[in-house]
Amino acid sequence: MHPAFSVIFFTVLSGAGFGLFALIYLADLFKLGGGLPGAYVFWTGVLAIVMVGVGLLSSTFHLANPKNAWRAFTRWRTSWLSREGVLSVAFYPFALAYLALYWLELWPAARHFAGAIATLLAWLTIFSTAMIYASLKTIRHWNTPLVPAAYLSLGHFSGGMILLVVAMMAGVQALPFVLLSLFQLFVAAFVKAIYYYWIGRLGAGSTINTATGFTRAQVKLLDAGHTHGTFLTQEFGYIVPKLTAVSLRLISMLLAFAVPLVLLYFALEYHSLALGIAALVSVFAGLVAERWLFFAEARHVVNLYHGAQRC
Amino acid sequence: MRLGLVIDLDVCVGCHACAVSCKQWNASGTTGPLTDYQPFGAEPSGVWFNRIRHFEVGTYPNNKTVNFPMSCMHCEDADCVTVCPTGASYKRAEDGIVLVDQDKCMGCNYCSWACPYGARELDRESGTMKKCTLCVDRIYDQAIPEAERQPSCVLTCPAHARMFGDFDDPNSEVSKVVREREGYVLMPELGYNPTNHYLPPRKHKPIPTDIGADKAGLAGKLKQFVNRMVKR
Ligand code: SF4
Ligand code: SF4
Repeated sequence: MHPAFSVIFFTVLSGAGFGLFALIYLADLFKLGGGLPGAYVFWTGVLAIVMVGVGLLSSTFHLANPKNAWRAFTRWRTSWLSREGVLSVAFYPFALAYLALYWLELWPAARHFAGAIATLLAWLTIFSTAMIYASLKTIRHWNTPLVPAAYLSLGHFSGGMILLVVAMMAGVQALPFVLLSLFQLFVAAFVKAIYYYWIGRLGAGSTINTATGFTRAQVKLLDAGHTHGTFLTQEFGYIVPKLTAVSLRLISMLLAFAVPLVLLYFALEYHSLALGIAALVSVFAGLVAERWLFFAEARHVVNLYHGAQRC
Repeated sequence: MRLGLVIDLDVCVGCHACAVSCKQWNASGTTGPLTDYQPFGAEPSGVWFNRIRHFEVGTYPNNKTVNFPMSCMHCEDADCVTVCPTGASYKRAEDGIVLVDQDKCMGCNYCSWACPYGARELDRESGTMKKCTLCVDRIYDQAIPEAERQPSCVLTCPAHARMFGDFDDPNSEVSKVVREREGYVLMPELGYNPTNHYLPPRKHKPIPTDIGADKAGLAGKLKQFVNRMVKR
């Protein structure tokens, strides 16, 4: 698949934004680290909402006809893309209400109610985003429950790293936040490791034989029937060179998980905010590489009509 | 009704006439224009509803070239319609034709990801998704003679490799020929239940060739020479 930058940017940023919001609410609810000071909760919440908003806006950049984008809210009964839109917009009033009540220090019960609903919607939105990909029968690299698992765990891990840096800035007890991040780091790393293992061994699927119906002979494409590229070759024809894929996998796993793990250890040891921020930057660099690969490594079955033997 | 096409791979000669006539008819049809990019430039490309691929089946010397026209299969379980967030893609209840409402499409490409058969192409000029309409603006047109109320590709095909009809009617031409010639659908394992069917090449007796005759070794050549002499 052709990796579109706007979609990479959108999924990484809004995933982290939703994850961050959910964790802020939970940290507030459980008074993690003795409870973050109010102003920190508020401004981190604002950051989460801005990240989600910027991500969603950037996702409209890959539309060829954005003037009809409002219609995407209409087919939520069948389409995960539509559900993502509806849920993410529904998230806003609850998230804003939560933050407003926090700012005004009013009605704690109502605040918690709004926060809980917004958190639930954040989870459902990340799930919908992942299901956009996971529901496609045409792309086996995506058609697996590991995709929503990865989106949810990576969104929470990257959002949690932001929260950790905020906790260090606020000067509250950092250990609970570090433990939370460590836990999420391991879950996300395991899910991604399983995913890479899985897509390396997909087993039987569609082949050039089932695509043409000639299942009792060897089939070979002689001519794809177009002079230059088509929409199909531009959108689906991209193939990552094997070496690039392997090295990027390594780089993304290192940057997203291994480097932050080491940095977190020293950040806690030396109470160093700078090391915490370095860990955060490393995570996001790793996630951009991870998301680029997620798209670039996916193989659409239409390639069987352009010469691929199996997909 | 379940309207669709049957494509006879036994007689398709791979001339691309169906694709050209499709382009001609639909460029001014309901989803027209079908934009071309650099039509006379170094990298010609553009929107087509119908593309013809060419495959080699089997291995030499038991091989065969099969020409393979492909357009939208008007699937019964069309995921392209399910995934469309705007409702621009829809399947008509009355005849099963899958269409894109050009006034609603936002050009997100999602439907093209969901189509296994490469039947959908984005028009970068209009920003909307385009695909085969089964000539919906022709097959119901009362103003043209009844025999011509067929998709443009079907009328054009010089080899009569394309047939159009109702698959819900067991006695229609298409249903009969699919039954008799063991017509099949592509990638049934994905479960889209396509309407269009393909007829496999008939089994012909191999045509004898003189492959190997002139490859006789020295002994063979000598024998041929002696035979010729004896005959004289
Ligand atoms: S061939 Fe593709 S575009 Fe046509 S109905 Fe089937 S899935 Fe949809
Ligand atoms: S490109 Fe158009 S028709 Fe296709 S899914 Fe998006 S809005 Fe629907």
